[in-house]
Amino acid sequence: MGVRGVRMKIQGLTHRYGARSPLTFDQIDLEAQRGEFLAIIGRSGCGKSTLLHVIAGLLRPTSGTVHLDSELVEKPSPRWVMMFQAPHLFPWMRVTQNVGVGLRFAGWPQKRIDERVNEVLELVDLRDFANSNVQDLSGGQQQRVALARSLVMEPELLLLDEPFSALDAFTRADLQRDVRSIAKRLGISLIIVTHDIDEAVIMADRALIMVGAPGTIYKEELVINLPDPRQREDAAVQYMRKQLMTAFYDAAGSAPSAVGRGNGPEAEEAAPVRDKAGAAPTKRRIVPAA
Amino acid sequence: MSAVPAVAEPTGAVWLDFLKKWARIGGTKIFNFVAGLAILVALWWLGVWYITLDPALEHFRSFAPNRAIFEGIPAMWEFGGIQRGLGASGYRLGMGMLIAIAIGVPLGILVGRSELFGDMTHLPFQLLRMVSPLSWEPIAVIAFATWDRAIIFLIVMGAVWPVMFATAAGIAKIDPAWFKVARNLGAKRLHVLTQVILPAVTYDVLTGIRLAVGVAWIVLIPAEFFGTRAGIGYTIEDARENLFYDQMMGMIVLIGVIGYILDTILVQLLNRANWVRET
Repeated sequence: MGVRGVRMKIQGLTHRYGARSPLTFDQIDLEAQRGEFLAIIGRSGCGKSTLLHVIAGLLRPTSGTVHLDSELVEKPSPRWVMMFQAPHLFPWMRVTQNVGVGLRFAGWPQKRIDERVNEVLELVDLRDFANSNVQDLSGGQQQRVALARSLVMEPELLLLDEPFSALDAFTRADLQRDVRSIAKRLGISLIIVTHDIDEAVIMADRALIMVGAPGTIYKEELVINLPDPRQREDAAVQYMRKQLMTAFYDAAGSAPSAVGRGNGPEAEEAAPVRDKAGAAPTKRRIVPAA
Repeated sequence: MSAVPAVAEPTGAVWLDFLKKWARIGGTKIFNFVAGLAILVALWWLGVWYITLDPALEHFRSFAPNRAIFEGIPAMWEFGGIQRGLGASGYRLGMGMLIAIAIGVPLGILVGRSELFGDMTHLPFQLLRMVSPLSWEPIAVIAFATWDRAIIFLIVMGAVWPVMFATAAGIAKIDPAWFKVARNLGAKRLHVLTQVILPAVTYDVLTGIRLAVGVAWIVLIPAEFFGTRAGIGYTIEDARENLFYDQMMGMIVLIGVIGYILDTILVQLLNRANWVRET
């Protein structure tokens, strides 16, 4: 399958849900290289999921732009597809029909759909379940079907909105590893939004922190240049995790609206919240020697 | 099974096995089914026997089940009353249901999908729904050139509401995330309709159609009592005027049987359309 990634450039992106609603996020600038895996970490409600919806074209920004290569994102497209927290499969369709649904929308002939669907089912390790009723599958298998349904479109960019948060720890670890390796093999760009710091370290090439209300991207980011496959218990992964956790608490402390809101990541380890108000707005890149 | 002798022909053995299994699983159910029916027929018989104890009501004897089923129905079949009646009534019911579905499903989708349309039409539709379909008859007779059309109109007025409300209820149950997923994968409006909305609500639409057929079946018979020259209702009325009570009762039995068959077919369709897994 001839898939390639895409360069992403976000400029001054701002969003509010209604004219009288508060800003969801404000003036976000972000760039990603072709084939790069980006993780955006933040607490629930910081606007990271909304940001992902805007990048996917499922929501319109209030101002600012998202460019994928030279194309301005204004609406959804099978070239940039999203995986959601729940698989949201169509229960009246079998596995193969669910996987091929996007190709059917695109008007492909059934024979070519079948061929492509089989290829992708092989890729996500679901060949034995091709004709199953999706309601008979486990949560992890269902999320694999959702992954296959996205991959079948040969997207340039895969957007993941906490897609493994509802799964048990073992299934989650398997899927984190598989999604990363498959997407890397296909050369797809990837953005994952998560509140799980481990997940960010295991899956991404670069981790960003989103804090505050309205949400902003914190000035420090973490480059994760670790070899694959990455295991949670690897010393290097643990080290990165610590780095990211520290950066997160720094970010929570520096976010203007964080005062008294108890911002912190999912893993509730009471870390001192340091006051960084007034810090220079220039981006700083942490590149730890792995 | 070890009880089957080895010398038995293979097909015979298979049949015997099948029958034994069938008797074990289906036996009780079939017995209950037949017993219930037998009780109904017995009560019917008993009623007629009790009434005809009075010599003045002696002629009501032809209401009895044996007369209705073994004399009335064959007699009507012979002169073609049943065939003509079913043909005429079937046409009216079929046309009425088709029109009711063609109007009810799109209206239901609109009500379910558009809050504005749903709010605006809620009261008018509820008012119309509460009007007994037969009360439209005098108007229908004036408004339509033929009795056929008038009766079809009455069926539509009765059947369209269950179809519409069931469709709207089905739409309301659709997971909004399915629309997001479809848009995300490049679905156009038509795709959303044919690949998401319609398959999602098929079960609910069929539930509405099942209710609507029940209503239509009830409306159809009295609507055919007057004016028409064919149909199930006409056949009953005709039998009454000629004092053929066995034929009248026979027709009533047929109405019940046909209604039951229609409903059973719809239940089968419902089971096939149901994608919800029991958990």
